[in-house]
Amino acid sequence: MTTDALPTQPVVALREVVAVLGDFPALAGADLEVARGEIVLLRGPNGAGKTTLLRLCAGLVPITRGTAHVVGHDLATERDAVRRRVGLLGHQNGLYRDLSVAENIRFWGSTVGATEAELAAAMQRLGVDGRIRDVAVGTLSAGQRRRTALACLVARRAELWLLDEPHAGLDAAARDELDHTLRQAAAAGATVIVASHELERAGSLATRWVDVVAGQTREAGS
Amino acid sequence: MSSPTTGTSTATTSGSPSFWRMCWLIASKDLRVERRSRVVTNQVLPFAGVTMVIFAFALDKETVLEQVAPGLIWLATMFSLLVLVQRAFGIEADDGALDALRVAGVDARAIFVGKALALSAQLLLLEAVLLVLAIVLYRQTVPAGGVVLLVTTLLTATCGLAAVGTLYGGLAAGIKGRETLLPLLTLPAVAPVLIGATRAVEAALGTVGAVVSDGWPWVGLLVVFAVAFGVGGALAFGPLVDE
Repeated sequence: MTTDALPTQPVVALREVVAVLGDFPALAGADLEVARGEIVLLRGPNGAGKTTLLRLCAGLVPITRGTAHVVGHDLATERDAVRRRVGLLGHQNGLYRDLSVAENIRFWGSTVGATEAELAAAMQRLGVDGRIRDVAVGTLSAGQRRRTALACLVARRAELWLLDEPHAGLDAAARDELDHTLRQAAAAGATVIVASHELERAGSLATRWVDVVAGQTREAGS
Repeated sequence: MSSPTTGTSTATTSGSPSFWRMCWLIASKDLRVERRSRVVTNQVLPFAGVTMVIFAFALDKETVLEQVAPGLIWLATMFSLLVLVQRAFGIEADDGALDALRVAGVDARAIFVGKALALSAQLLLLEAVLLVLAIVLYRQTVPAGGVVLLVTTLLTATCGLAAVGTLYGGLAAGIKGRETLLPLLTLPAVAPVLIGATRAVEAALGTVGAVVSDGWPWVGLLVVFAVAFGVGGALAFGPLVDE
């Protein structure tokens, strides 16, 4: 079935997924099911497979075994359809430092044919429509760059947000802003998966926790 | 109507851009980045100019310079190509934008063509400056009968160089030590362009008694090279970058 995910279908459905990178089994039978509007925290030690799990959901890591459906598409056969509807924010922001905030958002929005109204709404929602909209991204603070990157995800109409250590490098105020933004996004129907070491902060943000240990997943509470 | 955050709105959204529209978006973004950063005007063009002057110092004999000027133009172009390609993919690798383009589902062929178009525009500017420098420093003249051949050579050689540069630039972008790997991959691959373009420009400028008709077969080689690397590069770019 190649239709888009219905509201009642899980946005992410992984079953016994194995992903081998080189000779290393980064994921060794991972299961994960995430419903629309959830904020799920992936927690676990370094090297446990959290980042690989996020990159796999974004279609950047091939599946060796198992089945994976993301935003209603089979990752093994419809990777491009998945990629168009997910947004991955890793340790880097995916921005062009010499372009302004508005130019970056316009570029990423244009990859899905976003309208002017959508671009303006994305900037307004993330609070980057004021005096910083015409400032080169390279001169912004870490928090402002993060917000700009999230605005790009909104402009790209990403339905599933995959965030790897999103609080890293942000000050307290910027972290609060980020949490507020993610809660708003989830309330509006976006699905968010966060991998983080900052369990206290990310834990209070998440609606559900999943432990990742040695490439396997385990429900840890909600 | 749902919130723009979820992207599920249909009333205010339009479809994904066409292939050629996406190529244009990538190319115009690259050219805008260059216009802002001024790397081409402040670094690449001076580098190419200094290279031409250094050649003049090294050869230090007018008759020799006049004879080898076409080759020197293309050597300087190829050295500068490496700087341009490093820069073109540096802006993608700096903050993970190439990964973001892949996650955004942008057609890899459109990335290839868009980046090659932007690179071509920069190379043409560079070649025009180098040609003027050759006229000034190496006493070259452009006979009226050679203008068409000269322009055709510049265009076809540029397409080939841009295709090779984009292909290997993308391949090296995600690899450790890409600064040294890129010249190792690129320079041998562009050797046919160096030979063909040099012979064709010699014919266009009438260097060492060459006539215009001598140059057209070399232009044929340049066309074949550009088409081969253009088509092959567009097809191979996605798998190479994904790997």
